[in-house]
Amino acid sequence: MIRDPKDLKRYEANERANHWVVGISFILLALSGLAFFHPAFFPLTQLFGGPVWARIIHPFLGVLMALSFLGLYVKFKHLNKMTPADHEWLSKAKNMVDGNDHDMPEQGKYNGGQKVMFWALAICMLLMTVSGILIWRAYFGFDITLVRLGAVVHAAAGAVMIGLIMVHVYAAIWVKGTIRAMWYGTVTRAWAKQHHRGWYRQVTGK
Amino acid sequence: MALQSLDIKQRSATTTPAPQARQTVEIAKLIDVSACIGCKACQVACSEWNDIRDEVGNCHGVYDNPMDLSADSWTVMRYTEVEQNNKLEWLIRKDGCMHCSDPGCLKACPSPGAIIQYSNGIVDFHQENCIGCGYCVTGCPFNVPRISQKDSKAYKCTLCSDRVAVNQAPACAKACPTGAIQFGSKEDMKDYASKRITDLKERGYEKAGLYDPEGVGGTHVMYVLHHADKPDLYAGLPANPSISALVSIWKGFTKPLATLALAGIALGSLFHYVTKGPNEVSKEIEDEIEAEDKEAAK
Repeated sequence: MIRDPKDLKRYEANERANHWVVGISFILLALSGLAFFHPAFFPLTQLFGGPVWARIIHPFLGVLMALSFLGLYVKFKHLNKMTPADHEWLSKAKNMVDGNDHDMPEQGKYNGGQKVMFWALAICMLLMTVSGILIWRAYFGFDITLVRLGAVVHAAAGAVMIGLIMVHVYAAIWVKGTIRAMWYGTVTRAWAKQHHRGWYRQVTGK
Repeated sequence: MALQSLDIKQRSATTTPAPQARQTVEIAKLIDVSACIGCKACQVACSEWNDIRDEVGNCHGVYDNPMDLSADSWTVMRYTEVEQNNKLEWLIRKDGCMHCSDPGCLKACPSPGAIIQYSNGIVDFHQENCIGCGYCVTGCPFNVPRISQKDSKAYKCTLCSDRVAVNQAPACAKACPTGAIQFGSKEDMKDYASKRITDLKERGYEKAGLYDPEGVGGTHVMYVLHHADKPDLYAGLPANPSISALVSIWKGFTKPLATLALAGIALGSLFHYVTKGPNEVSKEIEDEIEAEDKEAAK
């Protein structure tokens, strides 16, 4: 759906669907995972039909997230190569956060912060998947030292990933006109010109 | 299985203190390896009393039968042939839960009340609260808990908490024909052990001693060993067991800290929004686009 025919297409339908499969599985994983992370969150198991069901379902959701994230990774990794402009953007990120984005360097489809987010999430996803398999006792039985290491890595990478996703979600809320790109795929030209001028030039030819 | 007639000292995944007013005597089971004849009466008594029947397995050409602990075998005799002092020795150790004062299983368990430690020292699994994650196995320094293939619950020796609660000795101690398994207060058991150790030393076992490892705060199942300097001889009994450093990191101060950090990100985001305001497309750029459109319409 294009609200204004002059709006710019940012995400295809399959990319949006893929993103939300990852998003939904992440939310369910975070809620069930936190329940086992610390006793304070244990009541969250009730959202999954009780603690035993939460334990059973969690790893399968993990497989779903790992596979669907792999889809996103393959589609978007070439757009997330770091460039000198990205490093410059990152060095000025503090101004951006302070609300002054006037002298930020021109950015392509993704800015330096988004790219760092992409790679940090990719690393976390890999760590979560490998360590998750190590501690999936219902189907695997690895050496005890590996299982213990897996438990530490899984908890640590999980906490980092929840933090990263909070930043990801907040950035989308904070930068007005962003969330619609993931709902119906388009952004306004003004939004693109302000936040991703390189990409704006590329798609409009201006 | 837990019993209300015993006082609880610690409960898994519970961050507030358990009721502490009642102080009970610490108990212990003492296994005198030097007096064990390997008859397996203890194994039979365990399955009798606890109504557990393991599957009949195969003979592996050794005395060990079954070969390992399982959800249906909470204690097994482990037989080792070693040469010590130019003599062949047949060491027989009754393996099972050690009932640590600092239990790694309880520390690792994420489910409130699935593992409890009574004030008398018994560490018990409360299967109706068990979620089957296997973290107790990850936490145990003695490789004792087993997850059942039938119901995905964790099982191990209860030290017959149901018998102890009514002032009875554990079934294995009751059945032992040689007195190799003694049961009583931990204090009394230590006294008894010291007499046995003196006796063993007189008989030429210079290094005889008590196995009550400090690394786990002491245990409520102790061994009298003829070679206390080499516990490893006894089918790999660990010399200095303690909760793995990895488990301590995993279950220690890091999680409350991580929780605070996450709360910080959430609150930080909220206050960033209300102090700095949203990042909206500037009027300037909107006007530019509008001007371009007007230009194009001409």
